[in-house]
Amino acid sequence: MRRTGPPPGKIFLAFLKIGAFTFGGGYAMLPLIRETVVEREKWVSDEGFLDILSLTQSVPGALAVNTAVFIGRQLAGIPGALAATAGAVLPSFLVILAVAAVFTRFAQHPLLIKVFMGIRPAVVGLIAYAVFLLGRKVIRNAFTVVVAGAAFILVYYAGLNPFLVIIAAAGAGLFYSFFPGTAGKGGEDP
Amino acid sequence: MILLARLCDLFLSFARIGLAAFGGGYAMIPLMRAEFIIARQWLTLEEFLDIIAIAEMTPGPVAINSATYIGYKVAGIPGAAAATLGVIAPSVVLILIIAGLFQHFRTSPLVRAVISGIRPAVIGLIFSAVLVLGRPVLVDFRAFSISFAAFLLLITGKLRPLPVIGLAALLGLLLY
Repeated sequence: MRRTGPPPGKIFLAFLKIGAFTFGGGYAMLPLIRETVVEREKWVSDEGFLDILSLTQSVPGALAVNTAVFIGRQLAGIPGALAATAGAVLPSFLVILAVAAVFTRFAQHPLLIKVFMGIRPAVVGLIAYAVFLLGRKVIRNAFTVVVAGAAFILVYYAGLNPFLVIIAAAGAGLFYSFFPGTAGKGGEDP
Repeated sequence: MILLARLCDLFLSFARIGLAAFGGGYAMIPLMRAEFIIARQWLTLEEFLDIIAIAEMTPGPVAINSATYIGYKVAGIPGAAAATLGVIAPSVVLILIIAGLFQHFRTSPLVRAVISGIRPAVIGLIFSAVLVLGRPVLVDFRAFSISFAAFLLLITGKLRPLPVIGLAALLGLLLY
């Protein structure tokens, strides 16, 4: 399993570049991660990368971070995992600190207020778009429709805590899998 | 002492969010709302939307960006560090544990069953966040049009999220 991989410093720099140059979140980072680790550095095979994605999507947390931890660990053990994670996260952290320091200072500037009056509704549209993208992948049979609908009603109308809904949904998935012939049919990737 | 308690709070809140966020950054939106707007009242809805916008406009994962920003807002630079470490801690620990059992985990019927229930639920959760966040924002025709246009441009693949936000900023300057 453990072979002599690249040094953690090199892994750190590779993920630092990925973290610094991708806008639009984790899904936007995946193509650049792939280009770096599969095509440029040849650390991971094409199939290996798809396997890694199927795992990192089944684990909670930010997709880009999950993928960085996994690839880093595969390349150089725990030091590699920490190096890749630090690299992927550090640019975000520093840029946001700078932006937050400036933004909290000027948030009341009339021009900024106008700008954000325009941006806020767009963000609502953006999150609706995320629902559409994820829904298209996941909603594919009666079970997934019922679970999605129930989760929505419980949180939106009944005011239930979303953490509880996630735990209940895990239970529903387990329960559903007990029926013969249904295992893994809810929201699983093809 | 108060700062230390607040840093622990931030770390644990974000660790809990990181642990429950199946489906990446967007899955964190309903969780962050429950935690920071409703339970702790550290943020208003408008501030939260602004943070998501800023997280989209800056490089890196949206989950990390929003954690760093919220942490900074609540407790300065130490808060930013506590929140960011909190949101990545579950990922790092879980993946390091699971990586050794890679093939096992991927094909485990138990894991598949749990995930198959959680995935569709997350869709319902994010959809409820759309309505909750939209309600105080989509108050006039201008706002509603911007929101709808953004959705259409994204869904038809005409524009990526970053230019959509840039366009909306420009419209904000012109219309308000």
